[in-house]
Amino acid sequence: MTDLDAVRARLAAARGEQYWRTLEEVADSAAFEELLAREMPAAAVQWLDPMRRRSFLKLMAAALALGGLGGCGERPSEPIVPYVRTPEGVIPGRPLYFATAMPSAGGFGLGLLVESHLGRPIKVEGNPRHPASLGATDAHAQASVLTLYDPERLQAVTFAGAIRTWADFLGAARAALGAQRAQRGAGLRLLTETVTSPTLGAQLRAVLEQYPDARWHQWEPSRADAVRAGALAAFGDDVRPIHHLAAADVIVALDADFLGCGPAHLAEVREFAARRRPGQPMNRLYVAESGLTPTGAKADHRLGLRAAAVAPLARALAAAVGVPGATAPHADQLPARWVEAVARDLRRHRGRSLVVAGETQTAEVQALAHLTNVALGNVGHTVSYVPAVEVRSEDQLASLKTLVDDMAAGRVEVLVVLGGDPAFNAPADVPFAEAMGRVPLRIHLSLYGNDTAARSHWVVPAAHYLESWSDVRAFDGTVTVVQPLIAPLYGGKSAHELLAVLGEGATQAGYDIVRARWQAERRGADFDDAWRSWLEAGVVPGTASATRYVLPRRAPAPSQADGQEGLEVVFRPDPAVHDGRFASNAWLQELPRPLSRLTWGNAVHVAPTTAAHLGLRAEQVVELALRGRTVRAPVVVAAGQAEGSVTVHFGYGGRGPFHEHGFNAYAIRPSDALWSGWGLEMRPTGARSPLARTQHHQRMEGRDIVRAFPAGHEPPRATPEPAAAEPSLYPEWSYAGYRWGMAIDLSACVGCNACVVACQAENNIPVVGKREVLRGREMHWIRIDTYFTGDPAAPGTYFMPVPCMHCENAPCELVCPVEATVHGAEGLNEMVYNRCVGTRYCSNNCPYKVRRFNFFEYSRWNAESLRLLYNPDVTVRSRGVMEKCTYCVQRIVQTRIAAEKEGRRIRDGEVVTACQQACPAEAIVFGDLNDEESRVRLLKTEGRNYALLEELNTRPRTTYLAALSNPNPELA
Amino acid sequence: MSTPSAPPPVLAAPHTYTSITDKIAGIVLTRGARRGWLLGFAIGLALFTLLGVAVTALLYVGIGIWGVNIPVAWGFAIANFVWWIGIGHAGTLISAILLLLRQEWRQSINRFAEAMTIFAVMCAGIFPLLHLGRPQFFYWLTPYPNTMSLWPQFRSPLVWDVFAVSTYFTISLLFWYVGLIPDLATLRDRSQSRIGRVVYGVFALGWRGSARHWQRYEVAYLLLAGLATPLVVSVHTVVSFDFAVAQLPGWHSTIFPPYFVAGAIFSGFAMVLTLAIPLRAAYGLHDLITERHLQNMAKILLVTGLIVAYGYFIEAFMAWYSGNPFERYVLWNRLTGPYRYGFWGMLLFNVALPQLLWLQRVRRSAVALFVIAVCVNIGMWLERFVIVVESLHRDFLPSSWGMYYPTFWDWATLFGSFGIFLTFFFLFIRFIPMISIAEMRMLLEEERGEAAA
Repeated sequence: MTDLDAVRARLAAARGEQYWRTLEEVADSAAFEELLAREMPAAAVQWLDPMRRRSFLKLMAAALALGGLGGCGERPSEPIVPYVRTPEGVIPGRPLYFATAMPSAGGFGLGLLVESHLGRPIKVEGNPRHPASLGATDAHAQASVLTLYDPERLQAVTFAGAIRTWADFLGAARAALGAQRAQRGAGLRLLTETVTSPTLGAQLRAVLEQYPDARWHQWEPSRADAVRAGALAAFGDDVRPIHHLAAADVIVALDADFLGCGPAHLAEVREFAARRRPGQPMNRLYVAESGLTPTGAKADHRLGLRAAAVAPLARALAAAVGVPGATAPHADQLPARWVEAVARDLRRHRGRSLVVAGETQTAEVQALAHLTNVALGNVGHTVSYVPAVEVRSEDQLASLKTLVDDMAAGRVEVLVVLGGDPAFNAPADVPFAEAMGRVPLRIHLSLYGNDTAARSHWVVPAAHYLESWSDVRAFDGTVTVVQPLIAPLYGGKSAHELLAVLGEGATQAGYDIVRARWQAERRGADFDDAWRSWLEAGVVPGTASATRYVLPRRAPAPSQADGQEGLEVVFRPDPAVHDGRFASNAWLQELPRPLSRLTWGNAVHVAPTTAAHLGLRAEQVVELALRGRTVRAPVVVAAGQAEGSVTVHFGYGGRGPFHEHGFNAYAIRPSDALWSGWGLEMRPTGARSPLARTQHHQRMEGRDIVRAFPAGHEPPRATPEPAAAEPSLYPEWSYAGYRWGMAIDLSACVGCNACVVACQAENNIPVVGKREVLRGREMHWIRIDTYFTGDPAAPGTYFMPVPCMHCENAPCELVCPVEATVHGAEGLNEMVYNRCVGTRYCSNNCPYKVRRFNFFEYSRWNAESLRLLYNPDVTVRSRGVMEKCTYCVQRIVQTRIAAEKEGRRIRDGEVVTACQQACPAEAIVFGDLNDEESRVRLLKTEGRNYALLEELNTRPRTTYLAALSNPNPELA
Repeated sequence: MSTPSAPPPVLAAPHTYTSITDKIAGIVLTRGARRGWLLGFAIGLALFTLLGVAVTALLYVGIGIWGVNIPVAWGFAIANFVWWIGIGHAGTLISAILLLLRQEWRQSINRFAEAMTIFAVMCAGIFPLLHLGRPQFFYWLTPYPNTMSLWPQFRSPLVWDVFAVSTYFTISLLFWYVGLIPDLATLRDRSQSRIGRVVYGVFALGWRGSARHWQRYEVAYLLLAGLATPLVVSVHTVVSFDFAVAQLPGWHSTIFPPYFVAGAIFSGFAMVLTLAIPLRAAYGLHDLITERHLQNMAKILLVTGLIVAYGYFIEAFMAWYSGNPFERYVLWNRLTGPYRYGFWGMLLFNVALPQLLWLQRVRRSAVALFVIAVCVNIGMWLERFVIVVESLHRDFLPSSWGMYYPTFWDWATLFGSFGIFLTFFFLFIRFIPMISIAEMRMLLEEERGEAAA
């Protein structure tokens, strides 16, 4: 390049005509010709022609001058400074992944890998090394990144609603704590949600040591205290079961939605789905529940019965397998044939069966389930027990009640609430909000301005988990150090930092707190290396709890059945907004619930027979009355709901954005019927409240949509892709390179909706709001259709994820007048947003109705923080443009570029679509059909592979694998 | 005067060349703007303003103000488009086909029928533009030279629509205008005001009425009639392809081209009747637009109504006979589903009521004809609504079934489009002879020739 420098120098000295002459000289030099041939080979050919050469020079003169080769005249000097301290490994345009963990509801950790673009976390993926994730995520984890950028988050420390600084808070806190220290902390109370974080636990212990008379309470509305009570009743030891579903041939779920929720549910879905595939003995799932859940949908045999009837069922099974002390209930209470068949099946599979009790069931049922497992010899095979993972496992309801009593009696002077919203979600007969008013100083650490924050003096904005240093334990005890991906957007503080104020009275960074705690625990010179490896991997090795040996006791005595009059009410957290903590998250609000397909609101789920009996129809508003408290709620007629039992979801009705779309079920949730109870009255009010559902018709109407076979009865293996049978005027597409395809396993899909939110996060899909969903304009690129078959009281349920099929003979491509949707060279049906004029003919001609249209300007251009959330690799669509699933073409392209740079083909499994990556069941498989060994190609040769609506000759590239079931011949 | 055995005359009452010209030109030149006209024009303008508001709201906020959604991505806008285009076909049929078939009774109705066509096509033309998500790029559907080197996608029926509708509008306008030239010259010569003389003079293109002019006029008129004739069939066939080419059950039907064309003529004649009967009453044109005209139009109405009824029947039969569960369901849904009132209303207005036209008594009664014609118009709109919305709202996968609820803006745009039509039509009545003076004189000439022979 020295020649070039010489050239530059020469040019810099030249002026005017001299300049031109010099450029000719430059052009004549051999070095320049070589440079040209190297840099612009096409131009080098033109070079040889003298006429062309002159015009080339004229053109290039300007370019060369701009490129620095010229030097005519003085240019003002504007020194620009490059990224002096470039963060390590940052290449603009290439994301980095950081391992962290999300403390999900219940306090347990879900290990994640979060994608960060230029310092902004924008997408959450699962951490394959984490036992609770195994690479998958759930809808809540996927949506958590929206909460980070939520403009409604608290952005400043406030005192009585007025903005203050952190220093102000420190001053006030120190003063109050100084007074408390004098009395050994007798007036200090700490209220947290369930704590599993070792660091937070250590901090709390330290605070309690400093203030010996202070108390630490825990409360979470979704906490099931019966789990602890049940373990104590069964074993006398506070243990928790860990299910190993891979080893279970027969699973009995007693009101347990283990596939839908729970700290281990992703891992359990993975293991369960793996046993639902052909080619190995299939498991069999029996479910007894009151309201239809995803677990019930996957059941081979489902028994719908009231929640109160589960205890006799558990007793019957326990007696049948020989649990000491278990007595069978009266024969007329339960369907005997069902119980006998299940018991026989369990006995036949000793050591390879599993009884799971729902956490929301009574302690008696939990204990009976444990003892049944012991009696069947399952312990150590399909279930093992570990000590409770929480820092302090206690009866949280009792803890809350004690606190409320103290507050009401005036014994509390300083109340510090770390997260949660007890003023909103405390049981209706525990007057937390009222009692709280008697406390002279109330401090709340919160993400949003909720009911508790409204009643607190000092409200400190909480740091989101993506902004904080922390640690958390998974369901099996594995610790993950939570590392932030971005500095707190609004100066939020983590719970550690707030507690440090209580403990030390000074500001300490979360990083120092967490690191100091671990350094203290793990002494040694290699701590730094270890720390780095923990952060890199996302797990701290060796922290999984050791299995506990358990000694079974006798079965507990049957609980007295109280007067079981009226309707039974069953309380559950809303599948999307949970206990209300996600109510402000628009993605979760708009997420259609797995079975009712309801969005933006909650409802009371009534059985079809009960509804007919009471003359109720969907959307009618009823007044629910329980123990003298009432609330009004719209009705959903729910298939599969047990007669005489209604399900109510809590999570709505508090203070904060979007809460107003639903009713407040906490208002009628008493402490003696936290999860289910009797005595509910339902009175129609005559009013109607529209329910925004994304699917209105859940029957297949006799059409061939979902195919299901009993295992072993599916069609035989097909020959690898037959040639096109139908004649056509148009030539076949040919694919020399890659040919992308997808297979969706209906046997594995549990309808968890993780793929829906993952797609929304990855592809910048806008939220449209309740009114637009009512109009039928939701924008999800992948939707999950729920179909019911058979008797509405005991339906067969199927989940069918429907993304764009990327048809070979795409009907949409035919009718677009402006070629805005075209067939790509690798088989994708590509949507060209900037060519679309919005005639919507493509949507009309799509038989699968997977296309979505921007009827209004749905994308939020104006919210500053939400702009940070957009994935820079995906266009943000504006008004009037059609959009649809693209097979995550941005991921395909990135991988292809990387592969081309390395001079190789893309390997199977390298390109993972967002929906595929999120799915815990591994139901979605994507890959190259031209690759003979790709998994997707193998799956498509299975006998159960079929295309949806194949008679239309659209030849979709996304095909389905029929659902398989394993019914018990005795119950068929 | 007519006897039961002989048909009523085409031109009633003793007329001379002068009286014809006086009568028709007098409406424009001497009658002026009377109260009735002012009222009608005011209504037209008010609806036009409503349209302006509706379109402004649409362009400002987005398509979402209409009731369209997924799955029903086309709603009122496309139904209106097809309805208006269909109405236009009667004008072209009267002007072109009846000319080539030498039906003399077309002379007195063809001018305003053709005007009706032009205004109907104008009304129709706004809807494909408005219903676009990005209407500012409507021209991408046309083959214009562009830097992207892109042609429109010619397999799409919407592109065919562009050609069909633009051709239709161009030919209709030319045809109408060429026929208008001698009359404009008449008005130029008779006009009392300077402005009138100048304006009519400009548009009369220097017509002097010489033999050479007439000869050229006849040739041009015949040629344009020949060009316009296939349009009667082709334009609505192409519009029907919007539906027939799609694979939606209820749309994907080979009966659509002839069925749509018949329906177009049916609704067009109904609209001609709807216009002719009040016009002849208001302007006293009973001797020019006689009972013969009404009866002939009624007969055409009956015939095309029967073809349309056949179309309904065969569609239903084929849906059942095919055994295709999707097609059968579409039929069942039309009969019993949420929009069944639209469907049964359509059958009532399009099939049942026109059967009254078998009775000569009904054919002779202007009032009865008017009522039936209005009902047919409504019924044909319902038919377009049934076709567009009912097939979309419940198609292959029950999970995507939805409903279409028209909003205020949907109705506003529909009634606003009447504003365009009425405004222009009233302007036409006021300033342009609504019956062709030259052709009526030719008719008189022929009748005298026959009487003398």
